[in-house]
Amino acid sequence: MIGPAGPSWWRVPLELLDRLPLVHVRSGVSAAEWNIIWQIRMPRVVLAALVGAMLSVAGAGYQGVFRNPLVDPYLLGVAAGAGLGATVVFSLNRNNTLHWVVDPLPVAAFAGALLAVLVTYVVGTAFGSMRSSTTLVLAGVAVTSLATAIQTFVLQRNNDVVRQVYSWILGRLSSATWADVRLVLPYISISLVVLLMHRRLLDVMRIGDEEATALGTNVRRVRLIVVLAATLGTAAAVAVSGLIGFVGIIVPHAVRLLAGASYKKVLPLSILLGAAFLVAADIPSRVLADPAETPIGIVTAFFGAPFFLMLLRTRDTSR
Amino acid sequence: MTVLGFCDLGISYGAVPAVASFNDILHSGEWLCLIGPNGAGKSTVLKAAAGLVSYSGSIAIDQQEIAKKSARWRAQHIAYVPQVPVIPTDMSVHEYVMLGRNPYISHFATESANDRDVVERVLNRLDLVSFARRTLGTLSGGERQRLVIARALAQEAPVLLLDEPTSALDIGHQQQALELVDGLRREHGLTVVSAMHDLTLAGLYADRLVLMHQGFRVREGTAQHVLRAETLAEFYGVSARVHHEPDGTVVVIPQRAASK
Repeated sequence: MIGPAGPSWWRVPLELLDRLPLVHVRSGVSAAEWNIIWQIRMPRVVLAALVGAMLSVAGAGYQGVFRNPLVDPYLLGVAAGAGLGATVVFSLNRNNTLHWVVDPLPVAAFAGALLAVLVTYVVGTAFGSMRSSTTLVLAGVAVTSLATAIQTFVLQRNNDVVRQVYSWILGRLSSATWADVRLVLPYISISLVVLLMHRRLLDVMRIGDEEATALGTNVRRVRLIVVLAATLGTAAAVAVSGLIGFVGIIVPHAVRLLAGASYKKVLPLSILLGAAFLVAADIPSRVLADPAETPIGIVTAFFGAPFFLMLLRTRDTSR
Repeated sequence: MTVLGFCDLGISYGAVPAVASFNDILHSGEWLCLIGPNGAGKSTVLKAAAGLVSYSGSIAIDQQEIAKKSARWRAQHIAYVPQVPVIPTDMSVHEYVMLGRNPYISHFATESANDRDVVERVLNRLDLVSFARRTLGTLSGGERQRLVIARALAQEAPVLLLDEPTSALDIGHQQQALELVDGLRREHGLTVVSAMHDLTLAGLYADRLVLMHQGFRVREGTAQHVLRAETLAEFYGVSARVHHEPDGTVVVIPQRAASK
């Protein structure tokens, strides 16, 4: 609805209303303006909602299985793996001289993210007894460092693409198309459904591995499934939107402060709030540096951090 | 009726043996207390029965080997209260007691009306109804202990394992907690196995004591039989007097070295 080009903001809901069957409203939106709405704005809004929901619920899921409130969806190397994949594509394709059948960027980012988490999981479970999840987290740290090191090395040799990579790392929804939406929809849907199905078990996990086991829960299996589902969805989100930081931590925490810490509330509400948050954050990203784009990762951090501090303060005084 | 049987139980952590050739048979409604110095293997026996450590030999409930059953089946038959329970401070009392119903709720299902009824009954029985909406962080130590027992009770398991249930409580709350367990075992015919450090309390509540030392059972029987000054000196290295009250209570009184 809001952006540098296109019809006045108030005409958009009228036009959308008009497009509904059996409803006729004169919105005064021209055919060209309708194209902007439907081909440029809409996929962007839908993608923002999907990515926001995914990152938020993945963050909540990771925080649940690792029983650590500071964990974000990029914990096990998703970000670094995707970054490496994207860097390689930018470096190989710096002049758009290569022609692939599909856009290689999301594919490479997705593959890099999954590969990184796979390595983390194999290394973490091979060397650790898995009595605690600490080994896995440390393996994630190691894999992240390794992938970042390789990425830096590749960048050093191709420093003309630094700018492109950097802007990708800060997150982008600007080039969203319906093709992007179709690309991520299956992965994000599967991931959201699987995570939602684990909401009760994530509450059981809150009393720790030992007591959850004594209550008849297969803790390792729950952790594995939740991590895989969250990773699959996060990798898909990262592949089309780059690294949008902060959402996976701030949204689940905001929900906890507002509605309580039970995952039966945290997961579904994180989906809603996460979608709303990222759609809202995308508006300043379109207009702040009008007509240029501000990377959405900057917006989420810039508005998210103070909002989060305010929430923490409100809770402190209400106690 | 035999409820809980241990046969030639052996447990080791890596190469270090923790418990060896442990045998026992408990009857329905019996309270067995494991005593012994730190590291004797008391908690390890309880953890094996709760499915937390692997073991050799056999642990069976009604002659059914627990290692061959599912984790949910085991949790429907054995409730375990750890020495230091994890208390999520932002969880409500009701939610916490509901966790005890986990063994009855299939993987992706939600609580049934029956589960809610059971939780309601447990909260009523333990006088926790007025606490139901409060979060765990606002409870005192004694209230928390009652709550952990409530969660175990919601499991409706015939066997209750208690690892040091009173170590963090003052003398009044110790008595309260043990009286509660004793009342519950009489009402529901619960079989109780506890590990305890306070020998006087152990003798006061348990039907039978088993003294463990370096992974082995070394003494077994009633408090009068097991709690002897020379036995305690041998296995605890403690200098203590043992006093027998007229009603059969055995009191263990540590002595200062200087008073010898």
